Amino acid sequence: MNPKLTRRRFIKGVIASGAAATSTAAWYSATGQERPSGFVERLVRINVNGQVRNVDVEPQETLASTLRYKLGLTGTKLGCNRGECGACTVLVNDTPTYTCSVLTHSFKNDRIETVEGLESANGDLHPVQQAFVEELAPQYGYCTPGQVMSAVGLLRENPSPTRDEARHALAGNICRCGSYDSYLDGVMRAVELTG
Amino acid sequence: MAYMHIGKDFTPPDVPGKVTGRIKYAEDYTREGMVYARLLTSPIPHARVIDIDASEALAMDGVIGILTADDVYPDGEPQSTSLKILTNEPTLVGEPILALAAVDEKTAETAIAAISVTFERLPFVLDPLDSLQPDGADAYNGGNTFVFRQGFAGEKWTADQVASFRAGNEPTAEPQQTVAYGDLEASFGESSYVYEGTFTNAGYPHHSMEPRSALAYWEDGKLFLHGGSQSLTAFADGLAGIIGVPKEDFVFVNAATGGGFGQRARAGSVPVYGVPAKLSQKINRPVMMRVTREEEFTIGGARQGLTGWIKVGFKPDGVMAACDLWIVSDNGGKGGGADAYSAADCISVLYQADAVRFRGTAIGTNTAHRGAQRGPGQNQIAPIISPILDVAADELGVSRLEIRKINSAMTGDVGGPQRTPFTSAYMPEALEQAAAAFDWEGRQSRRRQTNGSKVVGLGIGQGYHNAGRSGMDGIVMMGADGRLKIHNGVGNLGTYSYASTSRAAAEVLQMPWESCDIITGRTDLHLPITSPQDGSNSIFTNTRTCYGAAQDMLTKMKEIAATDLGGDPADYDISNERVHQIADESVGYSYAEVAQRAMDLGGKFTGSAELPEELAEWTQIAVSRLAGTGFMGIFHDPRHEGNPPGFTVTACEIELDKETGKIDILEMVSIGEAGTIMHPKGMDNQLVGGAVWGIGLSAYERHLYDPQNGLPASTGYWQSKVPTYLDTPLKIETGWVDLPDPENPVGARGIGEPSMGSVSAALTAAITDALDGHIFGASPITADMIINHVAGTTEEAVPLAQNNFRG
Repeated sequence: MNPKLTRRRFIKGVIASGAAATSTAAWYSATGQERPSGFVERLVRINVNGQVRNVDVEPQETLASTLRYKLGLTGTKLGCNRGECGACTVLVNDTPTYTCSVLTHSFKNDRIETVEGLESANGDLHPVQQAFVEELAPQYGYCTPGQVMSAVGLLRENPSPTRDEARHALAGNICRCGSYDSYLDGVMRAVELTG
Repeated sequence: MAYMHIGKDFTPPDVPGKVTGRIKYAEDYTREGMVYARLLTSPIPHARVIDIDASEALAMDGVIGILTADDVYPDGEPQSTSLKILTNEPTLVGEPILALAAVDEKTAETAIAAISVTFERLPFVLDPLDSLQPDGADAYNGGNTFVFRQGFAGEKWTADQVASFRAGNEPTAEPQQTVAYGDLEASFGESSYVYEGTFTNAGYPHHSMEPRSALAYWEDGKLFLHGGSQSLTAFADGLAGIIGVPKEDFVFVNAATGGGFGQRARAGSVPVYGVPAKLSQKINRPVMMRVTREEEFTIGGARQGLTGWIKVGFKPDGVMAACDLWIVSDNGGKGGGADAYSAADCISVLYQADAVRFRGTAIGTNTAHRGAQRGPGQNQIAPIISPILDVAADELGVSRLEIRKINSAMTGDVGGPQRTPFTSAYMPEALEQAAAAFDWEGRQSRRRQTNGSKVVGLGIGQGYHNAGRSGMDGIVMMGADGRLKIHNGVGNLGTYSYASTSRAAAEVLQMPWESCDIITGRTDLHLPITSPQDGSNSIFTNTRTCYGAAQDMLTKMKEIAATDLGGDPADYDISNERVHQIADESVGYSYAEVAQRAMDLGGKFTGSAELPEELAEWTQIAVSRLAGTGFMGIFHDPRHEGNPPGFTVTACEIELDKETGKIDILEMVSIGEAGTIMHPKGMDNQLVGGAVWGIGLSAYERHLYDPQNGLPASTGYWQSKVPTYLDTPLKIETGWVDLPDPENPVGARGIGEPSMGSVSAALTAAITDALDGHIFGASPITADMIINHVAGTTEEAVPLAQNNFRG
């Protein structure tokens, strides 16, 4: 074990970095080691779930990585990390966006919403979340946050979609369990709840 | 029977966490001091590692250490076709060679690129029939097949035998396995219509959405491992053995799993969890191993491809007289399965043929790891046999519904080569219900109607899987607060059977659901052993154990009350969370009081004495840690008799475009026959989810490999296409028979796997119907195959090829 890395020093480094425990900068700060060449992070200010967050990001860092590993918002899932499955979907200015396929520094002036930001301040579920619970829409649940965000994006744009419109709106979200029918039941139930 | 919980909808406790993102999958955890492991995997399909030079990588800043197969297996790798934790003898592209840990993944990736591995390239093969050629390459070091307890062996046919099979004839080689019942020759002699032909089922990946990432760390001599699995205690039990850690020193944490479908049911399919466990032990740090989508494709499992020949005979009245089945299975580079045998078993069960013979040979190829995938075997044969029934029906002048009714399994029948009696079987009722819900007869006028290039096809199909086991253990606990704690070792794989089965315990004790807690999610919460959650068994198997444990608690409640308050235990009953005298309900104890009395008395009431002798070792460890901490109900389930089947029937109407090959599913109805329904919404989910899988099997999913270099060409979701919202019906109608099974205390059986088979059977039958009875003998039937057929061009470049394009 590296004798320079103590528990106290590691935590101190994490706190000093202002980031979660997965920050590379924190590790190097704690250990006192030189960073490898080419290792550059820039402080970026992004608006996530209504809060301005200052976070060190690398130039090629995806929004999914920042959300999950820097900000601890692990509700955003990585299923494929290459824009195929939709598990990492969040809303950027109300538009469903694959966070695995966009870079964090591109969103300095945008409004980012993740699944963690949908509940009301008193803990009430968003109507889409409530409807998905009532319809038992999730099975394995790994794709569910992405399905929720796509459905929320749809209802903001079109509060009364038909089932077929909902099907097309959610078509970018794969569910390997095949729970599409239940998710669509959930969207239509959410329309009722918000109606 | 009027139940309090059985057959009622409820919200399983993990659902809110799934819609809010709060529930944690393995990769969502962090641990103080955690470092990151990345895998170096084989870039070639068959090789031997000659040398590993990691000196440059190990000298890099931020690199902590590496783990190789030599570290994991100092005495040499086990000789088998099973996946290993790491290997120096890769037999498929993507097989893990070593793992490297660093302070972050970027550093780990950079360091991995600096490692020099010298491989000796070995011949590779992608098609089992190519390997069977006299000069065909062998997938393994030592042969192309593995004989149980004997080792690797070489299986070769003559070139003429392979050519004859590819030309569509019955294989003449000696099979590795033969199973038969009945007089095959005589039964074919009674047949007035006989179908004979070859077929292929393409292998394809499980494609679980959560890659098999895992976090491991050691504390106080115990290994803590966060991973995903379908089965909690059964999986942990096996994984402890693979890693080599005593069961009592292993904690498996698994609150949620992002997909399994058979591939994460048993630890032998996920030995890669040993990487963070062993690496963490070596470098003394918590290790997070993140697995990519491409890695998940190669080691995440795949269905066996089947290459077969089938001959089916029908009597003049439509009764299936005989079925003769010869299958060469593709075992891939690692793993394997009994899919081929299960295919024959399925035909025997579903159609009650007078005589069945199965012959099979399993051959390795240097392709993805193979293992059980949703209805392994039963579901591959479903789209093959269903169009054959339809053609036979047309030839014999029997309706397509009637030929299924004539041959269907009923209570009192037997099925399979072992001629096992069913615990119960209500297939005729399921057929009737599906036909009525779909208006099968009324829709016949639409059959083969055309609209421009589009033509309507109707299909009906059946699915089957054995759906229940026994012999497991159950534990329930109650403290002085009177709440019922149901210790459940069933994994959380999204079927919610961990919760549904727990409700059997609540039912016994007439406990409001709000007063119950399901204890699950990590093994240090002291959970009983269960059967692996595969084979659609959990509902049957674990309602028995939960019910039995609660019955034990109920018996003890009455005994305590009678001893303290007078009378005989038989004089007592329960209601409103009280055990009381039947004659005078005011004389009794609340559940909180009787639990406190049980703890005062100790001994058998708290799990400290008089335990069932047959408890599994895993359960014994759990009970030893729970003993004395509360009022305990404990149960070891004796074996049941017979085969508890899960059946489904699906009917669908499609519109097939002969110009594009595109299929639109206009209507679909799926009916389940799974005994008493425990959880209607859960049942509905299994039926619609299975439907999507059945559509993928029939129309989309297949492995593709580059024949020149043996590289996988379908590592993503769109390449081995998983059906999306737009490939599935706008609404799938579901229903169920809901008649009880006598071998289960609440009458329930499982359903997850047959729900896929019946859809695949119905959809393939509908495609055949739309194309005037043309039998492709294949799954999937892709758009290009349809276009080729309509155009009259040669369908297959290489007949019966696996892991390659057909068409």
